[in-house]
Amino acid sequence: MKKTRLNAVHKESGARMIEFAGWEMPVEYKGIIDEHLAVRTKAGLFDVSHMGEIFVEGPEALACVQYLTPNDVAKLSPGQVQYTALTTPEGTFVDDMLVYCLSLPDRYLLVVNAANTDKDYAWIKEKSAPFNVQVINRSDEYSQLALQGPLAQEILQPLTDIDLSQMKSFHFAFGKVAGLDCLVSRTGYTGEDGFEIYTLAENPEVIWKAIIKEGTPKGLLPVGLGARDTLRLEARLMLYGNDITDKTTVLEADLKWIIKFQKGDFLGKAALEKQLQEGLKRKLVGFEVVDKGIARPHYPVFIKGEKVSEVCSGTFAPYVKKAIGLVYLPIEYTEIGTEFEIGIRDKKLKAKVVPTPFYKREKK
Amino acid sequence: MYPENLYYTKDHEWLKVEGEEAVVGITDFAQKQLGDIIYVDLPQVGKILEAHQTIGTVESVKSVSDVYSPVSGEVIEVNSELSQTPDLINKDPHGQGWIVRLKIKDKSEINNLMKAADYEKYLEGLEH
Repeated sequence: MKKTRLNAVHKESGARMIEFAGWEMPVEYKGIIDEHLAVRTKAGLFDVSHMGEIFVEGPEALACVQYLTPNDVAKLSPGQVQYTALTTPEGTFVDDMLVYCLSLPDRYLLVVNAANTDKDYAWIKEKSAPFNVQVINRSDEYSQLALQGPLAQEILQPLTDIDLSQMKSFHFAFGKVAGLDCLVSRTGYTGEDGFEIYTLAENPEVIWKAIIKEGTPKGLLPVGLGARDTLRLEARLMLYGNDITDKTTVLEADLKWIIKFQKGDFLGKAALEKQLQEGLKRKLVGFEVVDKGIARPHYPVFIKGEKVSEVCSGTFAPYVKKAIGLVYLPIEYTEIGTEFEIGIRDKKLKAKVVPTPFYKREKK
Repeated sequence: MYPENLYYTKDHEWLKVEGEEAVVGITDFAQKQLGDIIYVDLPQVGKILEAHQTIGTVESVKSVSDVYSPVSGEVIEVNSELSQTPDLINKDPHGQGWIVRLKIKDKSEINNLMKAADYEKYLEGLEH
């Protein structure tokens, strides 16, 4: 099992560790509910060093990343970040990811899912062959910390020379955090304001400890992968392998906003255009369990007694205090308010389609 | 740390014998593994259980766990407080977090269960 550079710190903090995507990661420290609520109301600190960092560099880097992804990377100036995907020719997902424009048009950083890093690297290597670029997987060199929550800026500002008040959402800057060289972006996977901090330093525990020290009096908690999952689901952020896979298209996942058909050719464009013309047969929707019970991934989903699907993501959501989830339903059953059933052990519980995100933070 | 007046199973239930009756719950180890418990599916009073049969399920934010009956018997009471405050199991697993009370069918089955010292040894084995 791989270990992040913060492994010892987690164990000292009493974290419960699990294996995730080949990494030994903290799943919870104090408890998922407390950690979840800390991020919604104060702040939380995550070690997400397992995420993959793949660089695409060279004179044709922009053209290459444009070809690999459906969103319009040309819109990014250096210092900007974009949510997008790596798509197959069928318009399905190899992965979802963030693209950082480091230098226009020749340097991009792709931040991908831990479980997919090797697959993505191989995919990008192969598909980038016609372009004059170098693809470099630096995942093992980078540590990544995420500081998320309404107090994130207040906690991080005293520790960095970057003026965070000038950093807009989906922007980034280089600077020092706790004396170490970092890339800091205003991004995250929780539905809250916050930052993701990337560093090549061998001792990222310096940053971790500084943020814990600064944040603890303000209510910050270290947060494990357990609450990371419940937070992202409340905010309807996708989890690869659950909600999006190489069997689901970008349109079916209801992520049309990341497809820019007018930008030129890209992998999956023809398939997605065709699907758009023909109309979707199914779509990913949010649901709430109406009866008492919690839907989990792979629980069967029934409409009029017939099994039509399985739950993708499903959990108890600690902030909205409901059993929520995501599921692909036949398009004629995707209207808000549509009722269906979920098989939970020996019972069939009533659920209904609800608007998403389940949680949306109030903008200041 | 595990109370000596309780009996334990390999599936991390405990049994407290009170005359012909017994109280059943899950152990401190089990509640820690589950994390924050948010829902307990309780059986009907009157349900007849064989040893190892499912009494109900305990759900935390992240996972679901069946609770098995340590011995055979009839459910004569359920801890209805768990419907409103399921986290009693986290807070006091061997006390207020009890799950059901059984009328024991065959007291000799208790001999199949572990005492506290044996259970603690069993847990040590799991952790290594």
